[in-house]
Amino acid sequence: MTNVAEKAKPDVHKPDVKVKTPAFRISTESIERLLNFASPLILLLIWELAARLGFIDVRFFPAPSKIFSQLLILAENGSLWVNFWASMQRLFWGFLFGGIPALVLGVTMGLSRPLRMLVEPLISATYPVPKSAILPLVLLICGLGEASKIVMVAIGIFYPIVINSMAGVLEINKIHFDVSRNFGASRWQVFRTVALPGAMPLILTGVRLGIGLGLVLISLAEIVGAKSGLGYMMWNAWEILSVETMYVGLLVIAILGIAFSQSITELERFIVPWKHGR
Amino acid sequence: MSDTMTQDATAAADVKIRLRGLSKTFETKSGPFTALEPMTLDIPTGCFFMIVGPSGCGKTTLLRILAGLEKSSGGSLEITAPAKGRPSNSMVFQGDSLFPWMTVFENAAYGLRMRHRPEGEIRDVVGHYLQRTGLSRFHNSYPHQLSGGMRQRVSIARAFANDPDILLMDEPFSALDEQNKILLQEELLRIWEETRKTVMFITHSVDEAVTLGDRIMIMTAHPGRSKLIVDVPFERPRRVLELRARPEYGELVYSIWGHLRDEVQRARALDEGSAK
Repeated sequence: MTNVAEKAKPDVHKPDVKVKTPAFRISTESIERLLNFASPLILLLIWELAARLGFIDVRFFPAPSKIFSQLLILAENGSLWVNFWASMQRLFWGFLFGGIPALVLGVTMGLSRPLRMLVEPLISATYPVPKSAILPLVLLICGLGEASKIVMVAIGIFYPIVINSMAGVLEINKIHFDVSRNFGASRWQVFRTVALPGAMPLILTGVRLGIGLGLVLISLAEIVGAKSGLGYMMWNAWEILSVETMYVGLLVIAILGIAFSQSITELERFIVPWKHGR
Repeated sequence: MSDTMTQDATAAADVKIRLRGLSKTFETKSGPFTALEPMTLDIPTGCFFMIVGPSGCGKTTLLRILAGLEKSSGGSLEITAPAKGRPSNSMVFQGDSLFPWMTVFENAAYGLRMRHRPEGEIRDVVGHYLQRTGLSRFHNSYPHQLSGGMRQRVSIARAFANDPDILLMDEPFSALDEQNKILLQEELLRIWEETRKTVMFITHSVDEAVTLGDRIMIMTAHPGRSKLIVDVPFERPRRVLELRARPEYGELVYSIWGHLRDEVQRARALDEGSAK
């Protein structure tokens, strides 16, 4: 319905050149937004039909409607929320304990050449190690409690943020550091008024990457050794052969990923308004 | 004011910047590179001092040493200490030096913020200079939303708002078109008249030097050295276009060009030589 209305707009305004331009822009945007939603919806529709008509094995690919009703059941009996919050808390602490040191270290490395020379080899040497491969070691050191999950998330988030923060500072035009020096900025003021805001666009890219990796690692860590969390929920579902619950877990994690990504986009609008409309 | 003073007379008490054999050599892969030969120079308080020279004559290096962004290799530099709590100098940089992540207001307030001035003072002072530069309406804009001329105005407002003893200006108008340049020169003169701070202004434009300056130093091509210092006899306050219409103006520009031409040609010959 909106589709038709949007499509009609450019035609209506065609003779009026001045009005046409903005109207056309808005409608293109909404059509693009619509297309963004259309493809997953169409996929779900095909999936539902295929499941109902028996084209796919519903033991492995239950119909979306089944998954959705399982979601409602899990939400009503509260187990979904318990697991959701368990994962969210671990993500939060992992993000805090991994992200903030990474940010400070990365920006400082960007500012200080000696520190960069000192720390960069360590980072490039450990970066290629698959984070999932350290899980056994982390479990050994931190045990099966909360700490091991938080450490896994923290490790995952640390690398993209430290690397991007450093790159962000190195990308800042040298003249801005000259200005701050000439205007008598202290080291801390240079950090706060030049390095941090100047590197912020790339830092946010790092955060975006880090959250993606954090979701991967939290799922994995919870599958291996946890009594709560979305990863645990999915693993438990495997054990009791509740395929729908597995899909609910996947769905919730996917939605989390999208939600985080969207909130970073919103955050960007707010934190780096100077990068928009360039 | 100091227009009529001779070089000897200024050696007295009223000297703001005193250079004694100041020099700068850079270490490069192909050996030491002399950017600035030992230079001895006095700049009186309140003087609008212009430096003209071909590109690569070390004029920017000289300014950067004065700004504390570069260390000299030899000689001495004395700058009369500013009154307590005031900065010694503020620089208007060549090209885009505004922080893209700050609004016009925050950019102009930068120096005062770094010195932790009270918020009320910052509002008043920055407001004044934004108004003087015609930017009041844009105080919440970001630099990328402004034209080149407006950005350079913010840069000037930032330096003036910091209320330094000395203003250092490194070809601030070189990237602007002719109309904008004249407008900004007029504005600069108007704002400068309010406080008559000591200014050290680098340009490659003889017109600009004669229009703005009390005294002009012509520098030689590489290595950089003071070739000649010329006093500009025109009274203040000046109006740029009226001044330019005067025959004495044309004569002065012409005679300075005569001295500069050799240097520009020599610089070019050096460039061509090193290109081969």
